[in-house]
Amino acid sequence: MSVKQISIFMENRPGRISAVTKLLGEGGIDIRAMALADTTDFGILRIIVDDEEKCVKLLSEAGYSARATAVVAVGFDDKPGALAAVMQVLYENNISVEYMYSFISKEAGKAYIMLRVDDNDAAAAALEEKGFTLLNSGDLFGNK
Amino acid sequence: MPKYWNEKIECMSRQEMISLQNERLVAQVKHVWDNVPYYRKKMEEKGVTPDDIKSIDDLHKLPFLSKADLRDAYPYGLLAKPLADCVRIQSTSGTTGKRVVAFYTQHDIDLWEDCCARAIVAAGGTNEDVCQVCYGYGLFTGGPGLNGGSHKVGCLTLPMSSGNTERQIQFMRDLGSTILCCTPSYAAYIGETLHKMGYGPDDIKLKAGIFGAEPWTEEMRREIERLLGIKAYDIYGLTETSGPGVSFECEEQTGMHINEDHFIAEIIDPDTGEVLPEGSKGELVFTSITKEAFPLLRYRTRDICVLTREKCSCGRTLVKMSKPMGRTDDMLIIRGVNVFPSQIESVLLKMSNASPNYQIVVDRVNNTDTFEIRVEMTDEMFSDTIKSVEAVEDKISADMLSMLGIKAKIRLVEPNSIPRSEGKAVRVIDKRKLV
Repeated sequence: MSVKQISIFMENRPGRISAVTKLLGEGGIDIRAMALADTTDFGILRIIVDDEEKCVKLLSEAGYSARATAVVAVGFDDKPGALAAVMQVLYENNISVEYMYSFISKEAGKAYIMLRVDDNDAAAAALEEKGFTLLNSGDLFGNK
Repeated sequence: MPKYWNEKIECMSRQEMISLQNERLVAQVKHVWDNVPYYRKKMEEKGVTPDDIKSIDDLHKLPFLSKADLRDAYPYGLLAKPLADCVRIQSTSGTTGKRVVAFYTQHDIDLWEDCCARAIVAAGGTNEDVCQVCYGYGLFTGGPGLNGGSHKVGCLTLPMSSGNTERQIQFMRDLGSTILCCTPSYAAYIGETLHKMGYGPDDIKLKAGIFGAEPWTEEMRREIERLLGIKAYDIYGLTETSGPGVSFECEEQTGMHINEDHFIAEIIDPDTGEVLPEGSKGELVFTSITKEAFPLLRYRTRDICVLTREKCSCGRTLVKMSKPMGRTDDMLIIRGVNVFPSQIESVLLKMSNASPNYQIVVDRVNNTDTFEIRVEMTDEMFSDTIKSVEAVEDKISADMLSMLGIKAKIRLVEPNSIPRSEGKAVRVIDKRKLV
């Protein structure tokens, strides 16, 4: 079970995030989660949206380099130690995390993270076995 | 202290020089006709035979050679002597991956080193001097040329090659170097490093520097002179004609005297090929009249400059050329290395599988050239992790280094972000303002 994330290549200069978010806003794209990774020269904006096909089309037409990647969305109780438990499962199963970011929960008492790992299927199976909740796009945008 | 290395030649009357050139040119044309089928064919196509060349007044009848000819004839097509008679190869980076290789007999090496010796003596060098050569040694002509000239003059020669600047300064201090030979940007860097190490001109014995292989300004000259407490002399040359020492500066510092007994200089209109009168600005063309192995006739340097025969206060009668004021092609000289935009395009397409949409940005920061290549991102090159994007940059950077021989900073930019005027992208931004 996975969620499609859109990654966008952006130069590290003023106005770029403004331009891309404006484009998505005007295109009616709902962003559920986001993270920005940056280096001195460039950044990669990663977003989870309600309609990834439309989003990629919008970005490509506007001349951005964008790519859809599968990531794992995990839900767990919002309490100390819960995130560590998730990480422990990945570590025990020899799964490497490329990057991850958290996003806002609409359900009280729950926390969510997006995980980009070297093996999504293995991560999903291992986490489900330990009773963690995995979400799909429908779960993320179902009750908006 | 001798003022000239070869007073007879360097101060020869114009009439004597013309008759020397006449005699040497006639013999050289015959040598080339007999031994270089490639050039003979060019002469035949133009309907010229050695009989038509009786003096330097007939020089304009001969066909030109260009960098394209060197590529076509690579590697042996312009060789005029059996390989058994050759003792050396030097090389320069060339367009689209093919290098220019030049061959030398011992006679050719001797005349080249003799030209460099003239430059060293013109800069005040004698056998009492310690000459530190920090040009690169190897296929590049800088190190071997000045090294040979320094030996001829009898200087104690320090063949340092480039790099390891603190060690350069340590040797300079410990061994009392008095003459420095390197690129002007490296000279400036040595000067800055000297000051950073807490030393100044009074802590070294340098009195003169001979700097070439890349364009530099009068401002840069003054800066180097101030940093190192020396007099800085320009030197010019190209691998195709031999190497450094084709022309050199005297104490007047108002242009470089061409060693006319070996190289006849002409200025032509780069568009029509017509020879321009003295004092005109145009493309510099050289004819080697003494070289045996690689005697290029009417070689188009692509350098734009002016020749002058005004009397020089140094006493030399050799014609003077101005610093090159630009190029007729798109060649860039970055940290002394020749770089053509076409090479960069070819690396991106053939080696790196990258977008051919690029832009070169050259600048000079603290007297050192900075070299950045901006490459537009494509969907194929992009993925969601930083490390994969950095791997793309590293791959391009390594490919560029292996092709160009110098390091470039690779910066990936967004698609369509490189400005296009009339559909054609602006490929080169040179901010150095050298002319």
